Amino acid sequence: MINRRGFCKKALLAACGMIIPLSALELFDPKRLLAGKGDRGKVRWGFLVDTYRCVGCGFCVKACKLENEVPYDAKVTRTWVERYVLTRDGVTYIDSPKGARDGFIDKKISLGEDGVKEIRDEDIAKAFFVPKLCNQCDNPPCVQVCPVGATYQTADGVTHVDRTWCIGCGYCIMGCPYGVRFFHPVYHVAEKCNFCYHRISKGMKSACVDACPFGARRIGNLMDPDDPVTRIIMTERVVVLKEEYGTKPQVFYLGLSKEVK
Amino acid sequence: MKSHVWRPLFIVLGVVLLLLAGQLFLVPKDFGVWERGYMYSWHRKGNEAEWQKVTVKYRTVAFCKDCHREKYDDLRGSPHANIICENCHGPGLNHPKDAPTLTIDRRRELCIRCHARLPYRASGRWAIRGINPATHYPEAECVMCHYPHNPKREAKR
Repeated sequence: MINRRGFCKKALLAACGMIIPLSALELFDPKRLLAGKGDRGKVRWGFLVDTYRCVGCGFCVKACKLENEVPYDAKVTRTWVERYVLTRDGVTYIDSPKGARDGFIDKKISLGEDGVKEIRDEDIAKAFFVPKLCNQCDNPPCVQVCPVGATYQTADGVTHVDRTWCIGCGYCIMGCPYGVRFFHPVYHVAEKCNFCYHRISKGMKSACVDACPFGARRIGNLMDPDDPVTRIIMTERVVVLKEEYGTKPQVFYLGLSKEVK
Repeated sequence: MKSHVWRPLFIVLGVVLLLLAGQLFLVPKDFGVWERGYMYSWHRKGNEAEWQKVTVKYRTVAFCKDCHREKYDDLRGSPHANIICENCHGPGLNHPKDAPTLTIDRRRELCIRCHARLPYRASGRWAIRGINPATHYPEAECVMCHYPHNPKREAKR
């Protein structure tokens, strides 16, 4: 026989039991605690491009193509250098002949099918070079759209393509806001820059970083606060490309101009 | 219910079972969700090691200097000190075994990658001593007058 005291006790216990949410119990999941600190491991590769230093020699593009076996004469490349020439009457010319594989050796600006254009020295307001490569985004849209799990991000933040698994649908090539992906002419699968994963895993630097004589390209570990590249990114005025897309790029630029897209 | 209603259902069930069995054999064991979760890290783990195994072709100056000490010393004290050997001579790979001879590129196109004068004050190009390739001895190879390993020195003839 239940009395009033017993009934109240049991009712209170039941109510308390019901209001403990499941998420409160999950607080003790060690994996969640680790993720909450944002610590995914000891390494997160980041890249720094100093556009002031770039002279448009294109040695980085040459090194990249040879190192990563991207067919040398095919019109595709994992990294490239763009030339921006702004005239005094407000026109912006952008070109990158052969991805700057052979450098910029004259003043003629390539207009694609419309031939070339030569701008007089006195008409140039400003002109500079911008190296481009995969941004190894923290939220890579190219990975989200892959229907088969062929492209993925590693724990150290590099996005790869599994050549044996890629079906060549091209969603990732369309999904990348930076246009860094292309079809490999030999393997017929999606191809992209992976910071020379075979080099950085051995303690070397990416081929383009080694090839750059001017220090315009640098690679470092963003998890290490003493890394010289990380220190520049944390203390100096750096920007990323297309921040508004929310992709969280991990390639940072020094000295970028608003004309650069 | 009559069997003609069940029959297509059995066929569908059979196909589903066949697909599931096929998946068991065709999908590699290490395919699954890894460190970065389902959205970013649903992949075959073994592929990461495959990318790490790619052959290194650019061996950097550290690889060249042991045998080509003389050239390395010339280069070290020159304005060209930051240009790695392989930029001009091609990837070292397993030289001298796998790439027994490396390129000696004497074309003007190599030098004017940096030394063609471009009026771009906002870039590092402006600080480099440049020439107009169309008027600066257009018929000559640069190395006839300049020693590439140390441009401050006389050309070796």
